[in-house]
Amino acid sequence: MRILISKFRSAAARFAVSRALVVAILLGPVVGAMLAFGAVAAQDATNVVTIDNFTFTPPELTVAVGTTVKWVNHDDIPHLVVNKDKAFRSKALDTDDSFSHTFASAGTFDYFCALHPHMVGKVIVK
Amino acid sequence: MSKKGLDDLGQGLGRREVLECMVWAGTGVLWTVSGGVPHSVGMIGDALAAEPKGFTFLQMSDSHIGFDKAANPDALGTLREAIAIVKAMPVKPSFIIHTGDITHLSKPAQFDNADKVFSETGVQIHYVPGEHDIIDEENGKAYLERYGKGTKGAGWYSFDDHGVHFIGLVNVVDLKGGGLGNLGAAQLAWLEADLKEKSSSTPIVVFAHIPLQVLYREWGWGTEDGTQALALLKRFGSVTVLNGHIHQLAQKVEGNMTFHTALSTAFPQPAPGTAPAPGPKLVPADKLRTFLGLSSITMVQGNKPLAIVDKTLAG
Repeated sequence: MRILISKFRSAAARFAVSRALVVAILLGPVVGAMLAFGAVAAQDATNVVTIDNFTFTPPELTVAVGTTVKWVNHDDIPHLVVNKDKAFRSKALDTDDSFSHTFASAGTFDYFCALHPHMVGKVIVK
Repeated sequence: MSKKGLDDLGQGLGRREVLECMVWAGTGVLWTVSGGVPHSVGMIGDALAAEPKGFTFLQMSDSHIGFDKAANPDALGTLREAIAIVKAMPVKPSFIIHTGDITHLSKPAQFDNADKVFSETGVQIHYVPGEHDIIDEENGKAYLERYGKGTKGAGWYSFDDHGVHFIGLVNVVDLKGGGLGNLGAAQLAWLEADLKEKSSSTPIVVFAHIPLQVLYREWGWGTEDGTQALALLKRFGSVTVLNGHIHQLAQKVEGNMTFHTALSTAFPQPAPGTAPAPGPKLVPADKLRTFLGLSSITMVQGNKPLAIVDKTLAG
């Protein structure tokens, strides 16, 4: 009886191990894809400012020192991103053009569109 | 104070004139000022026939050469159409005032194309820059090299013609975040000195790209220190302010001052607050030309009236 139980246990254990393996093999690509998506999403969602309808989105962005922030213009009118204190200034960004700036030091960076100055935004570097 | 726009075509006209309006839909309306209030007195053909002796000049604006998006894939083509209308005018204007945004992206080829088409008119053109004309790598050097001869600062200047004092102002440089168009202290000081010797009876025409008055702050349609310029002009008996930038007609009269914004020859923009943003307005291709155009302005000597004729390309 004891032997039977132990055989049963070991069988159950083997089954559990093999099931875990199967699950891991099946999910491997999915998890990998999720990790890759996470990396892309992190860049898109947290370090990119989009320009649509004469508006910076998000209007306020908080990033770590050393982060590169990218602005992308989706309007069919050019925009020009410029920092209030002249720390950075893009070229004129035509439709789908982008501009990137790496923030090497902490601080609050107010910026606006030099062509349409009612468009304002802010990057906070911590 | 009153506002007139394209939607008011035909207002104040009798039945017969309204019928003519329908035939001539979109050609333009002559505006004249009497008692400080503008009213339409007829269509463009009648107007030119009625005032043959007036000194006329033309305002053109917002050519945006290089713009090729859905709102108008061929901005150079529509400029050519506008210039064809100018060439066919029975009375040639003395000169053209261009209230900025000659190009879309300040590229040399865009300036070249604009210059080539404008030169076909054979008349002198007085420019002021729009914000689209100063976005070359060196922030306006390309504009000044072409059009800045004899100007001060970022390109402002004045000249006299037929007893009228014309002043071209630049309100598109050194803009401040959160603000509007900007003239700046140096330009205002120059303006004050420029006006000092002028008698108050001298008719004044001021032109600049962005409206000097605040038409719609939410979209940046105005000039932050524009009221300081207007204060310097208050003592004059006749002041006409011509602007572009908003790609639609707007007229307003305050005391002795008449404000007028011109149509673009490239693409229309929405009326204030009628769209999420002031970007190019998509209209059906067969209607586009009714939204584009030019203005002919007649100064009647010795008599105060100012006549502004707005003509669209569909006429």
